[in-house]
Amino acid sequence: MKYVDEYRDADLGRALSGEILSLVEPGRHYKFMEVCGGHTHSIYKYGVDDLLPANVELVHGPGCPVCVIPMGRVDDGIALAHEEGVIFTCFGDMMRVPGSEGSLLEANAAGADIRMVYSPLDALRIAKQNPDREVVFFAIGFETTAPSTALTLKRARAEGVPNFSVMCSHVTIVPPLRALLESPDLRLDGFVGPGHVATVVGARPFEFIPADYGKPIVVAGFEPLDILHAITMILRQLNENRCEVENQYSRVVPYEGNQRALEVMAEVFELRPHFEWRGLGFISHSGLKLSEAYADLDAEKRFSVPGVRVADPKACQCGEVLKGVIKPWECKVFGTACTPERPIGTCMVSSEGACAAYYNYGRFAREREVV
Amino acid sequence: MADQTAVSDREAKILGIIETARGKRAKFRDQKINMSHGAGGKATQGLIEGVLVPAFGGETLSEMGDAGAVTIAGVELAMTTDSYVVKPLTFPGGSIGELAVNGTCNDLAVSGARPIALTLSLVLEEGLDSDTLKAEVEAIARTAREAGVEIVAGDTKVVERGHCDGMYVCTTGIGHRDPRARLSPSSLRPGDRILLSGSIGEHGTAIMLARNLFDLDASIESDTRSLWPAVDALLEAVGPDLRCLRDATRGGVASVLNELARASSVAMIVREGAVPVDPAVAGASEILGIDPMYVANEGKFVAFVAPEAADEALETLRKVDGCEDAAEIGEVRTEPPGMVLVETSFGGRRVMDQLVGDPLPRIC
Repeated sequence: MKYVDEYRDADLGRALSGEILSLVEPGRHYKFMEVCGGHTHSIYKYGVDDLLPANVELVHGPGCPVCVIPMGRVDDGIALAHEEGVIFTCFGDMMRVPGSEGSLLEANAAGADIRMVYSPLDALRIAKQNPDREVVFFAIGFETTAPSTALTLKRARAEGVPNFSVMCSHVTIVPPLRALLESPDLRLDGFVGPGHVATVVGARPFEFIPADYGKPIVVAGFEPLDILHAITMILRQLNENRCEVENQYSRVVPYEGNQRALEVMAEVFELRPHFEWRGLGFISHSGLKLSEAYADLDAEKRFSVPGVRVADPKACQCGEVLKGVIKPWECKVFGTACTPERPIGTCMVSSEGACAAYYNYGRFAREREVV
Repeated sequence: MADQTAVSDREAKILGIIETARGKRAKFRDQKINMSHGAGGKATQGLIEGVLVPAFGGETLSEMGDAGAVTIAGVELAMTTDSYVVKPLTFPGGSIGELAVNGTCNDLAVSGARPIALTLSLVLEEGLDSDTLKAEVEAIARTAREAGVEIVAGDTKVVERGHCDGMYVCTTGIGHRDPRARLSPSSLRPGDRILLSGSIGEHGTAIMLARNLFDLDASIESDTRSLWPAVDALLEAVGPDLRCLRDATRGGVASVLNELARASSVAMIVREGAVPVDPAVAGASEILGIDPMYVANEGKFVAFVAPEAADEALETLRKVDGCEDAAEIGEVRTEPPGMVLVETSFGGRRVMDQLVGDPLPRIC
């Protein structure tokens, strides 16, 4: 594939791997967090870990939009899906996320009409094709997917589609990062910044990370060479005693972000006072809801949702895993009560989660050879 | 230092627990059947190993081959059955009728049996267009002719509107076990080579695009075809050195490899760069965030061959119509038993696990 294969070149990968080896101080242990679940996915898909020296460790951050949806929210979605006459639409990878009593996939089996869509516009199309049904779109994701929800709402308004509404569970990236950085037991040396979110918000919103917390951050693309390149850039900052926001993904990310997308979001959404994150708890001003102007398209107002908070199981230590304080296998329930088939916490939910990745992969990390 | 040792002991213990859990027979604990149970991954395995095999329990069924062996008065036969519920009924490269013949014949073929005869059951929905039915009947007749099998018995049922999606087709096949074949899912040995009969992911991708769920256009056709000619050629060339064949239908190549790694208690290593994937399939998979290794095929099989016969097997395969892109994609190893590992083109390594259900498009 043109413009993709170039960023997966094994020879260039080995060259960058050599460069990283030359940049690290022997004896020092480096811990970098890749914020975005898309990075985690690439790291496992391409085996990027295998190209890093043993003293460079990647910690998987909170940027998996599916993993962070709390159980109570999934329960609300399922309740909506069971409302008389409702077609409930959501992204495919949301289907298996467990609520307190099963997932959307299981709700579908129990008789709810739940349909997987690839874009919120598909949900709007379903609404237009089924004028006698109420169509609800379960909107999730960071600033990456929020603009497409916003544009869909604008179109629904413009076209006057009365049977379409949105259950908004969009979240923003800066508050959870700040919450992580505020944690006294945080042990990180730098961040691989979320490239997809930055295409919308730009690189500027991450300036607080070096300014307030003294950690370098490099906004990076999602191909394996992008990730290795970003790691060399972080190491250079550390070696040269610099601490700033750098943009590795400049082929897509403008430093100031996408103004048009930000304007649409500002029109359609407003910040919730607080929003619950699976594994991280409540974080102030971290979630979006529909603004007053779009309140009539808000599914949570159109229907009654239980809105019951379901606590994460006590034994679950996802918060500590996300902060890099403990390794997945150090969690009390890892691999026993909590498995990819029956996950308890955020990190085991999606294939992008740190625990799921370790469950599948950990046994065969570089220290062990296949014979 | 002492502390570190304690920690790694604990890690080893937990990883040991995981390994034991993986090795155990899959359980069925779900309250209701959901779509995952039909996707060919872990959920399907749980249903089969947790409910069906224990209930019927015969030795032949426990082998979990694509077809079961039956011997009647010294004649070695193989039997298999399959239902076809594909939506839409026709799609680029094929239709439900072609699938119903090829799919069942292929289950016989990869069990080392020459397909002889089929039975055909049609479940038709009230309101189905007669022309649609006639076209499928014609497709079934043509495909059976091409595959050299006779339709010897049949049944028709009609259900109320809304109770089936146009039509469902069930076929049962019987074949003659070829004396040149000694195939078994538990016969893999370390060192065996893994061959793939052609490029992967075409059928599943063609169906996904034909459903118009995604605004994507690509000229991708289903690969539905009869595999017997390819199997026949392989048996002739390297028969005694063939360990096992599997057609990589739902769940794709990844699921087949995982099933066999477990059945033979061996490890497998797959070289990602060696797996043939059509550029259009690769592009669609990239956009949808799906790995073609998990996507269904209807005309591709995986062959496990003794190392000394691998080159000849590959050469033979490539001469068969439709298998020109056949490739050696990896080999069987000893450790870790039951696991499939991939060497990525980028130079890293990862586990290629079995999915729980269908591959779902990722949002980011």
